Amino acid sequence: MLSKKQARAFFLGGTLVTFLIFIGLTVYSLGEAQDQTNYENITEQVVRGKNLWDSNNCMGCHTLLGEGGYYAPELTKVIERRGEGYIKAVLMSPIPWEPNGRKMVAYGFSPEEATDLIAFFDWIGKIDLNGFETIVSPLAKDNN
Amino acid sequence: MKYKSQKVAYWFFALSMLLFVLQLVYGFIMGFAHAGFDGLHEFIPFNTAKAVHLNLLVVWLLSGFMGAAYYIIPEEAQHELVSVKLAYIQLITLALVGVAAIIGFHFNIWEGRKFLEIPRGLDYLVVVNVLTFLGIILVTLYKGKRRTTTALVLSMGLLFAGLLYLPGMLPFDSQVMDSFFRWWVVHLWVEGVWELIMGGILSFLLIKLTGVDREVIEKWLYVIVGLTFLSGILGTGHHYYYIGVNKIWLIVGGIFSALEPLAFLAMALFAVNMYRKGEKKHPNKIALFWTLGSAIVSFVGAGLLGFAHTLPQTNLYTHGTLVTAMHGHLAFWGAYAMIVLAIISYALPNLTGRKLYNGSRGRAAFWMSNIGMVGMTVAFGVAGVAQVYLERIMKMDFMEVQKMTEIHFYVLLICATLFVTGITLYVIDFVKYGQPTDEALETNNN
Repeated sequence: MLSKKQARAFFLGGTLVTFLIFIGLTVYSLGEAQDQTNYENITEQVVRGKNLWDSNNCMGCHTLLGEGGYYAPELTKVIERRGEGYIKAVLMSPIPWEPNGRKMVAYGFSPEEATDLIAFFDWIGKIDLNGFETIVSPLAKDNN
Repeated sequence: MKYKSQKVAYWFFALSMLLFVLQLVYGFIMGFAHAGFDGLHEFIPFNTAKAVHLNLLVVWLLSGFMGAAYYIIPEEAQHELVSVKLAYIQLITLALVGVAAIIGFHFNIWEGRKFLEIPRGLDYLVVVNVLTFLGIILVTLYKGKRRTTTALVLSMGLLFAGLLYLPGMLPFDSQVMDSFFRWWVVHLWVEGVWELIMGGILSFLLIKLTGVDREVIEKWLYVIVGLTFLSGILGTGHHYYYIGVNKIWLIVGGIFSALEPLAFLAMALFAVNMYRKGEKKHPNKIALFWTLGSAIVSFVGAGLLGFAHTLPQTNLYTHGTLVTAMHGHLAFWGAYAMIVLAIISYALPNLTGRKLYNGSRGRAAFWMSNIGMVGMTVAFGVAGVAQVYLERIMKMDFMEVQKMTEIHFYVLLICATLFVTGITLYVIDFVKYGQPTDEALETNNN
């Protein structure tokens, strides 16, 4: 029968081993050679777009890379789907955008800010997502 | 012999209750918005309601965990808390930081990173607050007469929870890196170190309520937390499948996250077996309900429903849909909300000297909230599965599908009403217990 000492050894040993493997895998997968994000294409404009994305909590409604609020559409590859003109109009709209009756906050971004966000979405849209990019709705329409 | 400094726990529990009730209000705002009624959009848009709902959850659970620690550690270490005054200061600052963050969310002041929306400036205050808390707990433990496994596991969970907040504060210019390390906080909290906290509280409650030998309970506690980390650490990989990092995570995350239900199954079997084995007939049956309920519901919510969409081939379709909300609700409820409600139910009669556990209100609160939450989970599940099929298989437009699934949110709101009725009854009991007294603690033998 298992003793308390053995149980403790199982806990401490298992934790240490899996944690070390986790760190190893993290270092490996975030290494330059494994990059799937075109990291070198992150320009200052992309970073400004990301800051706008974060500071307005767009993730609170939308999803990006499948993560977010599930209340508004997924925005990975949104440029291919909607085109820059449409996106700019939504971002700069002074009144709430209301597709199918569901309102978006009227951010009224400046043309520069809208361009920054588009640059950010453009960078996001080119990431290799291990197949998710072909599934994520309604983009999948174009891939079948 | 009880410890007077345990009284501070009551105020952490009170803060928990207050924030919990507020969390439910924002949940309703979101439920109504999903059902097509977003009349509050101008004042509380969905992203504000969502940030408030999630952060109130985190803060009320943390406040509950801290209250639990302030109650459990003196008894386990056989030593009064080293500084009650500091604990009260820590309580007040925790409340102030929480309230400041929540108010800020209404004025577009946040970080926009799910679960970690608290702005950076306040993050530093959170760190100071948690360090103060950990200082009080760890020094008490150090000065205490004994160091039990229960106390060590609980303190270890709290210490790592504090440390793991730090990766969430690293700045990145890549959304992928940001997301990667955000999961170091969120996943390693809820599927890692928070389970240590849950295990510690569960172990304390089982020792008290069942009378089973501490050595037996604590031995299995090690096995359970061992299984948790063995599966949970590498199980983080299930968040890395489709966010733009290497495919190795599909294999590693797939295998280890599929093992995660084992820890929860072990926890449920452990709790039920200890209850069966126990010869002590503790009069506080409500605390026992919540304790066993937490172990069982967490297995269903976190274990089974997590497994339902954790394999990469399933997650490819369910990633980023309401299926996640289905799992999230029952998992947080079972594993963390219920264990906090369990320790509060156990501690209140001892702190206040009133024994309200014989009334029917407590049982009604337990059953109504649980049935309500299961109903909400089913409603989220039906909406989520419909969304997966219509959007990702039938290729329908996002908003067309959202309109079609509105009906499930009517069901959700009805179940949420039942849930809230249960919680209201729980809160009424909490209020009726009144405030803690020294006499109650001196005469308590539980």
